[in-house]
Order: sequence, then C-alpha cells, then structure tokens
Amino acid sequence: MSPSERPLTAMIGLPDGPPDCAAYGRAGGWQAARRALRDMTPEAVIDLVTASKLRGRGGAGFGTGQKWSFVPRDPATTRRKYLIANADEMEPGTFKDRLLLEGNPLQLIEGMIVAGYAIQAGHGVIFLRGEYHLALERLNHAIAEAREVGWLGENILGSGFGFEIHVHASGGRYICGEETALLTALEGRRAQPRSKPPFPQVGGLWGAPSVVNNVETLCNLPHIVTNGAAWFLSLGLGPDSGTKIYGVSGRVRRPGAWELPMGTPLREIIEHHAGGMRDGYRLRAFLPGGASTAFLDAGQIDVTMDYGTVEKAGSRLGTGLAILLDDRTCPVGMLHNLEHFFAQESCGWCTPCRDGLPWVERLLGAIESGTGEPEDLDRLHDHARMLGPMGRTFCAHAPGAMAPLASGLKLFREDFDAHIHQQRCPLRETA
Amino acid sequence: MSTADTPLPAELRARIADLARAEHRPRAASVSALTMVQERFGWVSDAHLAETASLLGMSPADLDGIATYFNLIFRRPVGRHVIMLCDSVSCWIMGRDTVCARLQARLGIRPGETTPDGAVTLLPIVCLGHCDHAPAMLVDRTLHGDLDAETAERLADGLRGAAS
Repeated sequence: MSPSERPLTAMIGLPDGPPDCAAYGRAGGWQAARRALRDMTPEAVIDLVTASKLRGRGGAGFGTGQKWSFVPRDPATTRRKYLIANADEMEPGTFKDRLLLEGNPLQLIEGMIVAGYAIQAGHGVIFLRGEYHLALERLNHAIAEAREVGWLGENILGSGFGFEIHVHASGGRYICGEETALLTALEGRRAQPRSKPPFPQVGGLWGAPSVVNNVETLCNLPHIVTNGAAWFLSLGLGPDSGTKIYGVSGRVRRPGAWELPMGTPLREIIEHHAGGMRDGYRLRAFLPGGASTAFLDAGQIDVTMDYGTVEKAGSRLGTGLAILLDDRTCPVGMLHNLEHFFAQESCGWCTPCRDGLPWVERLLGAIESGTGEPEDLDRLHDHARMLGPMGRTFCAHAPGAMAPLASGLKLFREDFDAHIHQQRCPLRETA
Repeated sequence: MSTADTPLPAELRARIADLARAEHRPRAASVSALTMVQERFGWVSDAHLAETASLLGMSPADLDGIATYFNLIFRRPVGRHVIMLCDSVSCWIMGRDTVCARLQARLGIRPGETTPDGAVTLLPIVCLGHCDHAPAMLVDRTLHGDLDAETAERLADGLRGAAS
C-alpha cells in the first residue's frame, strides 16, 4: 500500500527512529494543523470530522465528531477546557497505541492540536501508562521540540489559539482507561469511575468541559484534515471509514500489528499478515478485540473487522487486536487467566464487581485444577447473567469481564464438563 | 542502609513542591510525586509518604489511599532491580508460567518477594503491550520479549551478577 493508504504508520519504522519536527514536516506533517488554524473555524473542523465518520478507536466506537459536538462552544480564551489523549493502553492483547506513541509522537501532537482547536481547549494532557517508559521519553522529547518551534504555546501561527500539552505517567490501573476514572486519576484521587451525567464534555477534569480521545483516534485527525472526508471514507472496505491498526497474538507464525483498511476480514489478517497458525496448532476460537470482547468460534474467521459486523457475529471490535485460542491451549485456563486480570483490576467501588469477579476467578481456578463441581457451572452462569448486562454495576468493567465468560461457557461447554468429570485439566500433561 | 527514615533531600522536596504548583490543585501531583520519591529510594516508606503528603497539603492516609491503589507504587522495599513478568492472556498462552517457574527456581523466591541479597524483586504485571513478542517482561525500565526459560534466567543472572 502507498503511504496515503496507510497514513497512520507511513512514518513509523524508519531506520532513524521517529521523525523530528523538520522530517515530520518534510513528509507532510503540520499541513493539517496549519490548515485548521489558518483556514478553518473550529465548527468547520468538527463538521469535517463528523463527515469523515471517524469512530473512536479505543473500543467503544463512538463517533468522534459527535463526541466533540457536546462541548460548549466558548472560545479557549474565555473558558478553561481540556483535550485528553487516552494513552493508558492496558487492554490485554493490545499493543497498537504503543506503536503510534513510540513510532511517531509528533503525529499524536498534531492530532491533539487539531482536536484542541476544534473544541477550543487550551490544555492538552496525555494520560500515559506508567510502564511505557520509551513512549514517555519520546513524547517528552517531541513536546519540547514542538514547543521550541512554536507548534505548542501561546498564539500558534498567529491564530490567537494557544495550546499546551503535558504528559501524565499513570501509577497503573486498567480502570483508568475508562474516561471518568481517568479524569478522577488526573485529579489525584483513587481512580474510581464517576456517574454520568454530567458527561465529561460538559463537566470533566476539575469540572471543566473535557474530551477524552484514544491515541489512534487522534492520530487519524491530521490525515482527515489534510486529505478530506471523502478520502477517509474511501479507505474503508465496508461501512466504517479509514484504516485500523489490527493485530494478532497467540500461536501464529508472525504475531504483529498492521495498518489495514477498516473492515479487513480477520482471515486475511491471520492467514496473510500473521502467516497463519504455527505448525501443529489449529485455531479454535478468538477474542476479536482484546480481553473484554466475547469469544467467537474459529468458524467465524471470515468476519470482517468493522464495528457492526463483529457485533452481529456476537462480539465487539474492541481494540481490533485479536487474541487467538489454539487447540492445545485450555479454554478454561484461558478464562481463568482473563478473570484473574479483571478481578485484580476491579476498582472495588461497587459490590457486585468487587466481590463477584474474585468469586468467578476462584470457581474457574477450582475447575481448572480439578476440584470443580457441577454446581460451579451454575454459579458461573449466574455471574454472567447478573454482572453481564450494562447497568447492574457502576461502570462497564464487569460487563466487559463477563463477555469472554458468557461466550466461553457456551462455546467450551464440553471442556468444562470434562474438567469436572475427570477432576483434572484434560490438556495438562500428567507428569 | 536505612535511607527510608531519613528526610527527603531538600532538592527533591523542592521538585515536589514545583510539581504541586504546576497543577490545577496540588493533590493532582500525587502519583507524580510518589513516583519521584520511588525513583530515588526504590519504594515509598511511611516517613516519605507522610512528608510527601504534607508537601501536597494532604493527610498521609489520603495519599496512602492513592499509593496503594496503583500497581506501580511500592509501599514495601524492593530489590535493586525489579522484574515485572507479564501475567496477562497472550503471554500466558505463550508460556509465561514456565518462564515464571524457572525464574522462581533460579532466584529462590516467589512473585512478590526479593532475593536475600537484595538484588532482585520478582513481580507479576498486567499486559505490557508487547503481545507480538510474548512472553514479555519489564526489567527496571527495559522491555524484553520473546522470552523462554533460558533467556529469562540469563537476564536474571545478569542482574544478580552486576553491581547495581
């Protein structure tokens, strides 16, 4: 594909590392920020992004232009507002934002300038995972460079619009990826989600209007402004626009991440880009977009990776990076691992999540280790039924945790029964 | 070497005060300040926690609520090096349990413990975003991928051999 067909990664993976300000400009960078600040009104930027049908790349898939449209329209000079990049990539099996952060930090900065201008926010924050040390170093370097040449600071390009960015390195908790928990963390409190309304666009960080956008979402913006909405719409193969960073982990020949047209079939991603399954392994099932998406069966490998199609198939596109279960890995063990993660990362604020998820983890651990009882399956079904639907718990953490469990209980029924009847894991070698 | 009870150096106190001033409210600097203390001393002792809290205008209990909430703030001493071995799903599929078992045997400790010589602490960590090179681990600030039991063991040996 030509660079214009994979805009997000065109400057990534160069031998000299991430481009500096000058190299970034030579390769087409800064055009969008220049055009937006000089030639467009904030409303025109919002309209353009709405027309491009860009949807959030963090997992929920909310329309970016629509998300912005709820922000009060006061100019940045008269009202404090915040634009926050969600770089708290912690969804197990997901490694796309790290690629963008380390590979081309200036692209994110330009995207944030465009977004900040659109919603008239003078303050930008990058909420970064504390474990992403290299990304932190490169972001701070890029921000300092952008400030030095005048892309950050007061009155950028004489437009009257000023914008600053600072990086917050998180102390590390999965729930910080939830936007209201993220805001709470930035305010120096235990990162528990907040009830909505007020929505962040109206009452976010310190009560000020705030927008939280995923890194990959923001990185799309310079390309949309430079090339237009029609171009962006034409990149997608199906109903959704643009490209997507897809990825595969598990027992494939070449695990990795690739920028491909939105709506690429998963079969092409696994068989062509990831080189297919390793010798001696067959695909059994997969989580299409991270740990909190429902299992789909190997027979559904032809699903096209767009929001609507994956949902129709019974799961969610999520982050778009698939985790593969092969025929020699125990599905009960995999679910135990997933639920251990969710139980540990529950913020503890609401009872069903705080106490239910560790219970699920214990039940799965017992079944996997050969001490499970038939009634344990009823208890697991109860949890999936009671914690699964949105609205039974304070936030989406527990429903996310129940997505692989509910689907796994159906898909791997025979494996559960075999564990309980044989009182051992059938796939574990007896030493 | 009990530096945990000595007061924070004046220069570190000044940097924390600067952080607090740069934020909209001082408490917003909680995690950054705790991280700064930890980078200097390896962990956050009770005395340092109380001192940091007073610089941020918070009660020690309030700040401790934050310190204990986050995975990366240590409220107990750790070794000169910290190994964080990913325990999330992709690394689990690719054999992180085998790597962990070998590291435990080689270091003679379980996850959450520190070797008696104070060289290495072994901890589990959630997905490091290195799933295309699973199993992965973070050794201090450096990410290592495509691990097997042997490479992990060699890395651990290197940490114990090297003077910090």
